[in-house]
Amino acid sequence: MAEIHLRQLAHSYSANPQGHKDYAIREMDHVWEKGGAYALLGPSGCGKSTLLNIISGLVTPSEGQILFDGHEVNSLTPQQRNIAQVFQFPVIYDTMSVYDNLAFPLRNVGKTEAEISAKVKDIAYMLELEDVLKKKAKNLTADEKQKVSMGRGLVRDDVSAILFDEPLTVIDPHLKWKLRRKLKQIHEQFNITMVYVTHDQLEASTFADKIAVMYGGQVVQFGTPRELFEKPEHTFVGYFIGSPGMNFFEGSFQQNELYLEGQLISLDKEMKSKLAITPYNSLKLGIRPEFVEVLDANSPLLNKLNSNDNDAKTALLESCANCFKCEVLLVSDLGTYKIVTLKLGDTEFKARLPEEQTVPSGSVYVRFPGNWLKVYADEYLID
Amino acid sequence: MSLTLEKITKVVDGELHINDVNLNFEPGSFNVLLGRTLAGKTSLMRLMAGLEKPTSGRVLMNGADMTGIPVRHRNVSMVYQQFINYPNLSVYDNIASPLRLAGDDKKTIDRKVRETAEILRIESFLNRMPLELSGGQQQRTAMARALIKDADLILFDEPLVNLDYKLREELRQEMRELFKVRNTIAVYATTEPNEALALGGTTTILHEGRAIQYGEAAEVYNFPDTVECAELFSEPPLNLTKGEISDSEVTLDQATHFPLNADLAGLGRGNYIFGVRPSHLALFPVNEDDLEISVKVELAEISGSETFLHVRNKHLSLVLHLTGIYQYEVDAPIKVYMPTHKIFVFDEDGKILKVPTRLPIVNQAAQVTGGLQHG
Repeated sequence: MAEIHLRQLAHSYSANPQGHKDYAIREMDHVWEKGGAYALLGPSGCGKSTLLNIISGLVTPSEGQILFDGHEVNSLTPQQRNIAQVFQFPVIYDTMSVYDNLAFPLRNVGKTEAEISAKVKDIAYMLELEDVLKKKAKNLTADEKQKVSMGRGLVRDDVSAILFDEPLTVIDPHLKWKLRRKLKQIHEQFNITMVYVTHDQLEASTFADKIAVMYGGQVVQFGTPRELFEKPEHTFVGYFIGSPGMNFFEGSFQQNELYLEGQLISLDKEMKSKLAITPYNSLKLGIRPEFVEVLDANSPLLNKLNSNDNDAKTALLESCANCFKCEVLLVSDLGTYKIVTLKLGDTEFKARLPEEQTVPSGSVYVRFPGNWLKVYADEYLID
Repeated sequence: MSLTLEKITKVVDGELHINDVNLNFEPGSFNVLLGRTLAGKTSLMRLMAGLEKPTSGRVLMNGADMTGIPVRHRNVSMVYQQFINYPNLSVYDNIASPLRLAGDDKKTIDRKVRETAEILRIESFLNRMPLELSGGQQQRTAMARALIKDADLILFDEPLVNLDYKLREELRQEMRELFKVRNTIAVYATTEPNEALALGGTTTILHEGRAIQYGEAAEVYNFPDTVECAELFSEPPLNLTKGEISDSEVTLDQATHFPLNADLAGLGRGNYIFGVRPSHLALFPVNEDDLEISVKVELAEISGSETFLHVRNKHLSLVLHLTGIYQYEVDAPIKVYMPTHKIFVFDEDGKILKVPTRLPIVNQAAQVTGGLQHG
């Protein structure tokens, strides 16, 4: 297994690239550490397949270097790089038995039959394929075939890395989680460098310790699933991760004060000084639906008041920091939780509430807790 | 126009595909057919459309028997899983095609095409060919074609299943808007409980060719008639376990005990099936009477903003649905908490006896941030 370093790597399919637009991969410096479980996540067309093909050696990058453990491999073939790949659809020899399919990569490198037998049995045990070892591959179910495909990737312990390209597409939905568990167990056991390419946030976050989110040919954030949720570094990450995604508002910064839809936002000094020196064309504020507080009589804020005086309540709500009166547009009851669509100024946004909470029609006060309200200059987080 | 299915049965090659279905759809209603693959959703839709004839039973429209009338004599539209458009016609001509077939004049067609394209936000692609568009835009084109002719009945057969989840989110919301002001009966088939809840309207649960429960989506979700309904209308599925109530305590799977509480006392001694929603289980105690259970993590499935935590011990296998991100190694030992007052109870045949009523109000902010500290 190996550390994979993409050094000043860029790729254009055009012979004479002029600007950003001509690049499928814009210049990046990125390291996949030895033994890590990684995901490459992004929508179709973001460049993730191109990047995968560059790592495996199917595509030679037009600029920069790929280093395996410090050695450049740009000109090496996939075989020479010693990379195992598992694709969307099972790649197996239909006419061979499961045993021979799993043994094939080992026979290719000249292992003895005794070594092969031991290793194949190990892998078959791990993937729960022991009962079908003698079966012809063509007689297997779709998920068994994909397990054999994975087994062929895992059977050699000398590979530099294993690359997975949407490997669970053909698996029946209720079996998927079992294979996800298998993959995690395998990684915990062998510590092979694994890179998992997908457009599905569930696949990526379940498998990987760290996720590279790709958008427009760039890695816009490389972080843990929790970091992507709690602290999106780019507006695209906020939008793409989570259902529904992050809410965004137009922001403006005038006379050392930050405004959201014309409303004053309380901000600490440090953030103010950062904003004052950051150049930008557009300023956005983002908050996830999970962190929007819809204030009702049970909210800690109003609970403290301990009074039924409505004027006092209103006064408190009007004066509390980052509390805003919003229009309630729609309450969608999803059983385990509610999604409320609200409107502040001209901007619609969403709040996610627990199933027990009721929402009045008409208008309601919401609070945006300062630690969950993020500021984005030209789509990147100011932190 | 109303649509009634009366004792509809369909047998294909000796196999019962639809089994004695009785349903009524009101004009202007939005109706979801929820069921797993092969539950009979597509078969039922084809019978509604007139693409198939039932083996027995009647299809009534506005009270008139339409059973033998083929699809071309009915005013029906259908949208499929696959994005079906005429590849050699522009988006404009695709959308216009049903009106041209009906012989409308050019001016009316032009007005309606532009109106419909605007509703579905494809007005800027009218001159493009379908295959030049993204999957989402292709499906919007197919939907525009279905909507433009003011059909009495529009059938959607899992129309969003081939789109990525962000597009699905958007289109789901638009679907609701689209049908707010129409007089058309919309019927929408899906395998996903969350989609049925997001779309709202009425939900019919289909299982092995039978319509096993029917009603307002939230009503069916909160008051399932049977174990099957509760399981089918919950994603992740309701946690179920066999158990027993004695004079003083409740036992789950012969091993996990808790004192009999006021909620369950009225049921009497005996054997039952108990159910707990994945979203009602927690990683820390919320109420005094929560039951602590020691388990091992099978897998933490993380979906961007939420976690589905699969856990088990020798006796129980549970799934927790948590807001926020919780990462665990496979086989990590943890404790989970079951609210003993939020339990569904079914008899041994699976008929509902009791749905949980005591729903304490938990402040959301406390829940989310508290959870994040724990995870």
